[in-house]
Amino acid sequence: MTAPLVSIRGLKVAFANGAVRAVDGVDLDLARGEVVALIGESGSGKSVTLRSLLRLNPERRTQIEGAMSVDGRDVLAMGRRELAQYRGGVASMIFQEPLLALDPVYTLGQQIVESIRRHESVGAAEARARALALFERVRIPSPERRLDSYPHEMSGGMRQRAMIALALACRPKLLLADEPTTALDATVQIQILLLLRELQRDLGLSIIFVTHDIGAAVEVADRILVMYAGRIVEEGSARDLIRTPRHPYTIGLLKSRAHGALSKGSRLEAIPGSPPDLANLPPGCTFAPRCPLVIEACQAERPPPIPVGPGHRARCIRVNEAAAIAPTAEELLGV
Amino acid sequence: MATLVGSAREIEAAPAKATGYWTGVWRRLRRDPVAIGAAIVILLIVLMAAFAEYIAPADPYRGVSLRRLRPIGTPGYPLGSDELGRDMLSRLIYGARLSLFMGVTPVFIAFFLGSSIGIFAGYVGGRLNTVIMRTIDVFYAFPSVLLAVALSGALGAGFGNALLSLTVVFIPPIARVAEAVTTQVRSRDYVEAARASGAGALAIIRAHVLGNVLGPIFVYATSLISVSMILASGLSFLGLGTRPPEPEWGLMLNTLRTAIYVQPWVAALPGTMIFVTSISFNLLSDGLRSAMDVKQ
Repeated sequence: MTAPLVSIRGLKVAFANGAVRAVDGVDLDLARGEVVALIGESGSGKSVTLRSLLRLNPERRTQIEGAMSVDGRDVLAMGRRELAQYRGGVASMIFQEPLLALDPVYTLGQQIVESIRRHESVGAAEARARALALFERVRIPSPERRLDSYPHEMSGGMRQRAMIALALACRPKLLLADEPTTALDATVQIQILLLLRELQRDLGLSIIFVTHDIGAAVEVADRILVMYAGRIVEEGSARDLIRTPRHPYTIGLLKSRAHGALSKGSRLEAIPGSPPDLANLPPGCTFAPRCPLVIEACQAERPPPIPVGPGHRARCIRVNEAAAIAPTAEELLGV
Repeated sequence: MATLVGSAREIEAAPAKATGYWTGVWRRLRRDPVAIGAAIVILLIVLMAAFAEYIAPADPYRGVSLRRLRPIGTPGYPLGSDELGRDMLSRLIYGARLSLFMGVTPVFIAFFLGSSIGIFAGYVGGRLNTVIMRTIDVFYAFPSVLLAVALSGALGAGFGNALLSLTVVFIPPIARVAEAVTTQVRSRDYVEAARASGAGALAIIRAHVLGNVLGPIFVYATSLISVSMILASGLSFLGLGTRPPEPEWGLMLNTLRTAIYVQPWVAALPGTMIFVTSISFNLLSDGLRSAMDVKQ
């Protein structure tokens, strides 16, 4: 196997002078052409991890430890010029709310042309031709006319397509997607996910995408990483993680999905309690206060990743007991 | 108005390359009858000032002491005459020059200086921002009339000093608006998106901050023109601005105030001109604000 495109080792990100540990020791490898989904609830550190890969967190107020390399470059050691070339050129990002992430006073064409010309010395006409090709690529109808539209003149799904086109403008190798479908209608969500999958296949992109929707993760990801309180608590192939979840938190997430076939009168299972205060983490397993399987040993020390299958690890000392409470296939399908 | 919008184009279109945006603004502005009316009034006043030599029926400086304080409609004096027997119409026409100049120039200079300071402070943020903005606040704490009077008084009466003190008066409010809008824009997702695609600080300021910030500041500055005209008139009224016998509306209002019981209509004329001009600038600025809102 060739060297991974992205390699993160022991990433720790802290805000507010180290008081808030948003990311607390994340290891992540991403092969070329692989799609990985980071899932977890708000504040679990998934977006911060993603932003760290582009060094977008405010430099003065953030402390970063660990090592990150993308395409053979050390992300944390880059100088200003190299960083500018890297952002957009090697790794680029699509955001949750395209209406906010696109500048309202410029047409979409102008924004894409500007991004291309920032990275490569091409003429305005050529940059525009490339923008047009990108719009066709992300299947925006009547692309020629849409290039001259302002963001507010388009529908949400169309804007997200345009945002993807903008992110792909400089032919990056790595696409970081921060909840790309959360702000969209359910019907549009699946179209965008399929588009991402298709682009990934055609362009050989690697994608890390952050979501709190397990359904979306299963749809596009090869591998799923579940984050809780700044740590990856379980990782494995999408298939393994759904069929045989081994961390109580993953199990809780799967059970708490509101499913279409939820029969009337049956209760939607929720995870009790709320996520821990990142400024005041418990010493042992961070999920222990909410865990149905908690024993005394859980509160003693941080559980190490325990292998439970090929490429499947869970940070839980009670993986075997957890297997018993995992939802059955019937429960998952809602039959 | 043509000159104003023209200058706005030069300021904004050059860095923004967004001609399409300005065509849209113009299209929306055209559908706003109040703003168009105000723009026409301003255009007429500007034309009147520019071609004063050709329009004015008489010499604004030559008075005939026998025909002092004639009422409106006197043959030869369509708008009456002032306390020195000078033709009011001619003086009002010539007065537009100085009054407009005193209204527009300080705001124009303050627009550049104030927005540079504000955008810089807003973009840098942190402690430097606090230092700059609190310094600005010190000036802002004085009522603008008092500050202008105090500065003019300290610098000495005169046209140049009046301009200077008015400029100083308008820098703080413009800087504050610029800082507030910049801080807001800086935390927007599209600025982060621009950073994520490799844009440096200068590129972000040039494209995203200026593009989104200059509009609101420009609109605010337009609304200050009327204030500037009134303040300039006030300075002249107090004898700190233009000196007699120059025709300037504020100064005319001052010298004619003794005649308020003799010829009240004539004495009110300069004030009417100030009122009409400043309200036109205000209405135009209102129209511009809604026309520049893209999401319509």
